[in-house]
Amino acid sequence: MTLLDLSVGQVALVDSVFLSHHGQGLVNRLEAMGIIPGKPIQVLRKAALGGPLHLRIGSTTEVAMRRSEAQWVSVKLEH
Amino acid sequence: MAHCQRGKVNSARADVQKRIALIGQPNTGKSTFFNRLTKANAAIANWPGLTVDLFQATVTWEGETVEVVDLPGIYDLNGFSEDERVVQRFLENYAVNLLVVVVNAAQIDRQIRLLLQVQSLGLPAVAVLNLADEAKRYGVQFDALALGERLGFPVYPISAKYGTGCERALTAIQRQIKAQSEAYQIPELGNVLAANPVSQAKMEAVIAGIVHMPSVTARTLTNVIDGVMLHPILGIPLFFASMFVVFWLIWNVGLPSADPVDAVTGWIQSTLLEPLLAPLPNLLQDLLLHGIWAGFAALLSFVPLVALFFIVMGILEGSGYLSRAAYLMDTLMGRVGLDGRGFVLQMLGFGCNVPAIMGTRVIRSRGMRLLAMLVIPFSLCSARLQVFVFILAAVLPNSQGAIALFSLYVMSFVTAFLVAALFSRFKAFQVREPFVLELPPYRFPSLHQVFLRVWGEMKEFVTRLSIFMVIGTSLIWFLTSFPQGTTGLETYAGQLGKIFQPLMNPLGINPFLTVTLIVGFVAKEVQIAALTVIYGLSNEAVTEELRRTMTFAQGFSFCLFSLLYVPCLTTLGTIWGESKSWRYTLLAVLAPLVIAWAVSFSFYQGVTLLWH
Repeated sequence: MTLLDLSVGQVALVDSVFLSHHGQGLVNRLEAMGIIPGKPIQVLRKAALGGPLHLRIGSTTEVAMRRSEAQWVSVKLEH
Repeated sequence: MAHCQRGKVNSARADVQKRIALIGQPNTGKSTFFNRLTKANAAIANWPGLTVDLFQATVTWEGETVEVVDLPGIYDLNGFSEDERVVQRFLENYAVNLLVVVVNAAQIDRQIRLLLQVQSLGLPAVAVLNLADEAKRYGVQFDALALGERLGFPVYPISAKYGTGCERALTAIQRQIKAQSEAYQIPELGNVLAANPVSQAKMEAVIAGIVHMPSVTARTLTNVIDGVMLHPILGIPLFFASMFVVFWLIWNVGLPSADPVDAVTGWIQSTLLEPLLAPLPNLLQDLLLHGIWAGFAALLSFVPLVALFFIVMGILEGSGYLSRAAYLMDTLMGRVGLDGRGFVLQMLGFGCNVPAIMGTRVIRSRGMRLLAMLVIPFSLCSARLQVFVFILAAVLPNSQGAIALFSLYVMSFVTAFLVAALFSRFKAFQVREPFVLELPPYRFPSLHQVFLRVWGEMKEFVTRLSIFMVIGTSLIWFLTSFPQGTTGLETYAGQLGKIFQPLMNPLGINPFLTVTLIVGFVAKEVQIAALTVIYGLSNEAVTEELRRTMTFAQGFSFCLFSLLYVPCLTTLGTIWGESKSWRYTLLAVLAPLVIAWAVSFSFYQGVTLLWH
């Protein structure tokens, strides 16, 4: 499943980041933001009308990410 | 670790100055620490081979002068954004004795990546873990001493904002720079980093046992506030309410603040300048008083207003709310080929287009960046605000004037969105970049930092625009004073206004106003000074003249045209400097001209038809 499939408030672990049409640029940027395999990630809220997701990465980093980027982040539930 | 290709440059020679470069991710407080390090004596400098200017200062420590450079905030030393390329080129082309890495202590778990990249470069380095106070509130625990041992360079927790730990870090930096007689350049930085990739295992190993992060689901005050500010329904009304507060401050504090400045400059003119210049020939006296001094005085009269804008923007930015605004507005901006940052920059553009144009550096995609630079000049800047207030005061009573002014702001936004939507269909503006925008925790802005920024911006503003103001008003003086002995439309200015009349008459704009638009290209606020010179009257008398001769439709049409036509010369120079493209700069002139004419024509002819 991807970040898009998570419910608001739900916590998951990053599984992998696929190479999108952004190429390595997205992977590098996400890594710099702390989105690396095994890292906990939580969807705090989703903006209305298809707007960006508000995510918490680890415990202290929060970002806004567009859905077109979030679809490339594969996650898995902890159980 | 493979041996790094560091190019040594012997800086022990007396003629070679030592250099420190500050590096760090955005939102780490790097510039705050830079100001502490240099005691806020920074200046903007151009470095050959780089596409942006950098902040730098020269300090003297124990008799030794050291150059300190604040590099742009970057996420990844190997990244692709323009700022990341600037940092790469800087380290490849300029020798550095010491790298100071500024890290957000609260986010050490992910920012360790940059520290490890610096480690792989092999340069002498010192790391400061800034926002240590914030990290403590989060419950982040770390052992800075042990971390320094694992990295191979010293690490100091500090709070650049409050000064905690800064003295110790400064002493360490001074000690390090004193010991570093060699400076280092890194040819082929990308290859060095590629040869020593920062793996996840390496990151985990270096922080294992000495960094402890709080629970993933810990609830912070920021989360509570965001529950309201970013609420799906309440968020946007609250955002526009905060924008209304900004407008209210401008209207009730910013605008009246020009009056005492006018009083002071008026006093200077009548008490000092006029007696001083009395012995000079009349023509020279007239030029100095009504050309050169008039321009400078007009510029000074809105310095407080511009300062207020930068204070407000500094507070919005420093508090973290501006990035929330970007999140809230991204649904809209994404649809017109920009992102939430484009909206943030447009907001900054309402203070002054120039720093907003510069701010587009954060947009990594050149196409999106060019698009942002095309729409930012439609932001109703404070210089144009002065013009509109002046005109609207003449043609509308107070409360209706406020409504008209607000509608000009709406027009500003609507035009920007439509232009973005239109041009984003062209390939040159279509490159998309990943949208991942950091949302820092809410912080009380450091008022000291806000005022440092305001002071710096005001100095830049006055310095940059003084020459344009003086040239503009002197040019107006010339156009309205020659041929000698003529007045009104017989002057060169009047003749020029009449030449353009076939184009401007359908908009309800008379030759006098046409001339102010021409000269307003130099700087928008010159239009007010131009009016006083062309009519040969004081500000109050010009207001009476306009009230007597100008209809609402004509006044508002003029405001629409003035809002949308060419960017001022300083903005245009900045656009050229940032885009490095004459063709693009020409587009930035022609597109607004065509748009301004079409909008004003539609309004004036539409109102005229309705009223007949």
